[in-house]
Amino acid sequence: MGFLDKEFTDGNIVIAKAEDLFNWARLSSLWQVSFGLACCAIEMMATSASHYDFDRFGVIPRPSPRHADFIIISGTVTLKMATRIKRLYEQMPDPKYIISMGSCSNCGGPYWEHGYHVLKGIDRVIPVDVYVPGCPPRPEALLEGLIKLQEKIRNESMIKKSA
Amino acid sequence: MKKAEEIFQILKDNFPESNLELKNDQPTEAILIAPPLEIDKISLFLRDSSELLFDSLMNLSGVDDPKALLLSVYYHLESTKLKHKITLKVSTDRNKPEVSTVTEVWKGADWHEREAYDLFGIIFLNHPDLRRILMPYDWDAGYPLRKDYENPEFYQGMKVPY
Repeated sequence: MGFLDKEFTDGNIVIAKAEDLFNWARLSSLWQVSFGLACCAIEMMATSASHYDFDRFGVIPRPSPRHADFIIISGTVTLKMATRIKRLYEQMPDPKYIISMGSCSNCGGPYWEHGYHVLKGIDRVIPVDVYVPGCPPRPEALLEGLIKLQEKIRNESMIKKSA
Repeated sequence: MKKAEEIFQILKDNFPESNLELKNDQPTEAILIAPPLEIDKISLFLRDSSELLFDSLMNLSGVDDPKALLLSVYYHLESTKLKHKITLKVSTDRNKPEVSTVTEVWKGADWHEREAYDLFGIIFLNHPDLRRILMPYDWDAGYPLRKDYENPEFYQGMKVPY
């Protein structure tokens, strides 16, 4: 559902549900915490660069978690880093979303058994909205993850608070 | 450029009281075994002696051998001027692993020794800053690369095993 791709015939008045309008505005300018962890972060940066152009979805990396709408956990989360990620997440203003990118942050990935230093999934620390599988996921996969997140935001209700 | 046997002979001549040994019966490069508490003196000599000039510590790593009850440290040295290499090894008691530091000889040994301390629990005597380097500072579950290490159930409220 877009607004700008509709053809309107009658002047400059658009009638829409406030919920739809606000959701559309929120999902069209998702600001991301400028934050990367491992090889997934390389793919995330490739997604941000001109070829895949994350910016066309309104994604702008922000240097402070206080400016951001969502965070991409892009890579291996060590136990040491998990405590920092939790703090970053707590500094973000509501509403906030999390994309878990890649096997490591989904479930520990190749470190699932012998990685004494790796948290086996970021969802043990913070709540995840979208999991993107891959090791590392290609930029197309991350883009699909973002579109899934936009889908989720589009269907959110302002009346009933979703978890 | 000197062979391991020649380097060993030079060391033996200059450290007649030290218990040195050359192990060259393996397919790897020859390993020179030295006493752990004299490695600082030996290293200084290896660096400064005009016929050896080992100016580069390429690597320093710990090794655990629970069957022999030993914790060892390997030093891989290279002379960038004379183009020869040597591998040193020191072994200590697994229950009281103490090795002299070589940070005074090669500054680069500082973080390598901190890593060996962090992951194996080897104590480097007279090290300027012997703290954990990779694991969290408040990690109290032991030294992860020891063979008998077991992960804790929780760290700061986070479940650790899969």
